[in-house]
Amino acid sequence: MSATEERTAYVGSPVKRREDEHLLTGRGTFVDNMAPVGTVHMIVVRSPYAHARVTSVDVAAAREAEGVVAVLSAADLAEDWKAAMPCAWPVTEDMRNPPHYPLTDVARYQGDGVAVVLAESRALAKDAAELVEVEYESLDAVVDLATALEDGEPLAHPDLGTNECYVWRLDTDATGEAIDDAEVVVTRRYHQPRLIPNAIEPRAVLAVPGAAGDVTLYAATQIPHILRLLAAATLGMSETKVRVVAPDVGGGFGSKLDVYAEDLLAIALARRLGRPVKWTEERSENYLATIHGRDFVTEYTLAARKDGTITHCRARVHAAMGAYLQLVTPGIPLLGAWIYAGPYAIPNYSVEFTGVFTNTTPTDAYRGAGRPEATYVIERTMDALADELGIDRLDLRRKNFHKEFPATMGSGLTIDSGDYVASLDRLLEHLDHDALLAEQARRRDSGAVKQLGIGFSTYNEMCGLAPSRILGAIRYAAGGWEQATIRYLPTGSVQVVTGTSPHGQGHETAWAQIVADQLGCELDAVEVLHGDTSVSHAGLDTYGSRSLPVGGVALCYAAEKVIDKARQIVAHQLEVSGDDLEYANGTFAVKGSPDKEMTVAAAAWAAFAAHDLPDGMEPGLEATATYDPPNFSWPGGAHAAVVEVDTETGDARLVRYIAIDDVGKVVNPLIVDGQVHGGITQGISTALYEEGSYDEEGNLQTANLITYLVPSAAELPSFELDRTESPSPTNPLGVKGVGETGTIAAAPAVINAVLDAVSHLGVKDIQMPATPERVWRAIQEAKA
Amino acid sequence: MRHVALTVNGVGHELELEPRELLVYVLRDRLRLTGTNVGCDTSSCGACTVLVDGESVKSCTMLGVQADGTEITTIEGLATDGELHPVQQAFHDHHALQCGYCTPGMVMAAVSLIDHGQATSEAAIREGLEGNLCRCTGYHNIVVAVQAAASAS
Repeated sequence: MSATEERTAYVGSPVKRREDEHLLTGRGTFVDNMAPVGTVHMIVVRSPYAHARVTSVDVAAAREAEGVVAVLSAADLAEDWKAAMPCAWPVTEDMRNPPHYPLTDVARYQGDGVAVVLAESRALAKDAAELVEVEYESLDAVVDLATALEDGEPLAHPDLGTNECYVWRLDTDATGEAIDDAEVVVTRRYHQPRLIPNAIEPRAVLAVPGAAGDVTLYAATQIPHILRLLAAATLGMSETKVRVVAPDVGGGFGSKLDVYAEDLLAIALARRLGRPVKWTEERSENYLATIHGRDFVTEYTLAARKDGTITHCRARVHAAMGAYLQLVTPGIPLLGAWIYAGPYAIPNYSVEFTGVFTNTTPTDAYRGAGRPEATYVIERTMDALADELGIDRLDLRRKNFHKEFPATMGSGLTIDSGDYVASLDRLLEHLDHDALLAEQARRRDSGAVKQLGIGFSTYNEMCGLAPSRILGAIRYAAGGWEQATIRYLPTGSVQVVTGTSPHGQGHETAWAQIVADQLGCELDAVEVLHGDTSVSHAGLDTYGSRSLPVGGVALCYAAEKVIDKARQIVAHQLEVSGDDLEYANGTFAVKGSPDKEMTVAAAAWAAFAAHDLPDGMEPGLEATATYDPPNFSWPGGAHAAVVEVDTETGDARLVRYIAIDDVGKVVNPLIVDGQVHGGITQGISTALYEEGSYDEEGNLQTANLITYLVPSAAELPSFELDRTESPSPTNPLGVKGVGETGTIAAAPAVINAVLDAVSHLGVKDIQMPATPERVWRAIQEAKA
Repeated sequence: MRHVALTVNGVGHELELEPRELLVYVLRDRLRLTGTNVGCDTSSCGACTVLVDGESVKSCTMLGVQADGTEITTIEGLATDGELHPVQQAFHDHHALQCGYCTPGMVMAAVSLIDHGQATSEAAIREGLEGNLCRCTGYHNIVVAVQAAASAS
């Protein structure tokens, strides 16, 4: 193609995914599909008690069982660990972080590992695990977040003398007015239930020892690079001796963004035994042994003038850490810390987080991580404030939206771009609000059994983790950059190496779209490599909706370097100055002589042959760029839920869900819509279905897919999506993150709709999830 | 050990099985047909759905010995001569998969639904796929894909 010909861009097109075919035909490379010769299968023996001292572990019978290779307790492996399990985010200087190890002799949550059994097959290992006799001395457990800091409560870590992990504050006092002096003050208290992520592929690891003291760890992980670093550190190995491969990974949602005991056990045992060691989590085990999300109790206050101008917001949050700090456990609240004013211009801002230990599975990142917790309390309290003021709930939102961008928020960070009014307007174009209100009025008047509710959530969020300097300022241990390499092969094929690590997001397709446009080549000429630390040497992996706004943007800068070098080669070969060349669509043309041109691919061959390159130029056409974003990414939008509530049974059913999101420029609308569908569903499910709960002794009551409701297609409607577009001015693609928007926005829209359906009956509050029982009780209490 | 003869994707197999071996592990570990995934231990998720004598079955709910004499189709047996089955093609066309882990079971369940003439409406498809969980797609595009495949069949 010549430099002047029009070329249709791949970016923006609904390109079908290249990832699909092997997954659709049963050729996925998930870890559990791997079975190298000589593999030993590992089973972890777990504490059935939430808090207990292990007084003895008798492994004699298990060691004698058929096919058993080894049985080891915490004491047997104590020398293998050179450091405790890693937490990368000491959010305050005095944060309490009691050390913990892959196996323990004091169990602090139900499921804490106390021994491992290795055998020639998984079945034999399971059989032998039943023969391991562990004696426990049961200790009092602290379970309930709401009361865990009260005097006399049991302590998860008695040595600490408290269940408090840390207190972290962010306060601005812009106007000097006290919040309690405001004309209208509304305070509400919310519990956000513990959620269990349930990626459909449970975790799995396979550690294969090499000949030189090295180990390759195949892991169902979102973070091969971070895992390599921290596995090496914990085991006292050189990073050069640890290779981590993330093959096809079956979903993550944050739950595979961690360094887990089993990762380290598999490596340590593969080294000890000189054989591949494999562990595959069972689903019920996943409920105990993989991190949980949320579990916040929040008191949230909005203060306003009578005309609806909001002057203050204040959040007082208790966040459950669980029994130990996993990779980023204490930092999860902070990921929402700057957006407790939502998309509204609220000058006075105060947030306080208290991290609390309980004898429960550790919490950590789950889709949205800190931001759904913020959006939920804001959007529910906005409705309450509108009620209190007697102002329409949408008018109150409109009045307080940030309207000029870039917008510096009360919390101090700056939103790069957005148009919250446009998103809400677009939402109303789709909603047919008046007709819904008329129908609602009709049902209310007739006392219909099924009442109709309409709920809104206008939101923004900060993602695209993250500017390294800001991460440093908030005490995160590492940076937030991402790396990309673009390499021309001699015949013009292009290899792209990315540090992002997809597990369903479609990076192979989307990254090829970006690079093909930059280099003016065919999509099929571009191959995208990822997820293997021996191929992708540097990267910070996939989480926090960072892959496109950080890793995708890194591709552009790598392409720029490739094109710059190609320009020098072409200028040399055509005997013109580089300034005399115009670049477009993969071709350099000499200004004023349009027939004199040369493609980047031809330059790549010239760079490979190296017969005639400019003096001093290295052969080869390849470049690496490492991109550190100057700002977070700031998506926003407006969502609406329409629900029907059966006032006799309390059953709340979603009838319609409309999502208008502004995620900047869209690379692949198919993929973006898919992300929004999935995100919304997890938010809806938070609102209506999911709750991880423990009894008073710390036994997980919702310990499998029967007792914990992950919705099926039958519980959900189809979704109505549209977009507004405010390109990000901070990157050349104009893109923002999209992976978490739906989850962040959806829960309050749904709960606001449920409340709207029954508010005329006097119901003022329903906590999540709005199960039939909860809704029914709320209606009965309002009647009484 | 029990002697079992079964046909999988048109290929006959003679196996000596422990009575406790679940069909899904017979497929995965004995026959190395790893396309059929395991997502739970309570027969809830449907990732392991296969066709046994044309009926959709969660292969974790059936013992290998119970499959003696049956004809089984797994995800590996669906495409013919390199051509995707219409349901597989529809999943690709409508972006009905993300991570792909639930996909083999979801596709097999959808094939069964369509073959039995039960994919007659959006509501029927949603009810018909109730036993298969997906955590990525919110089912929206899965339903679209199954509708498209059903109307083409």
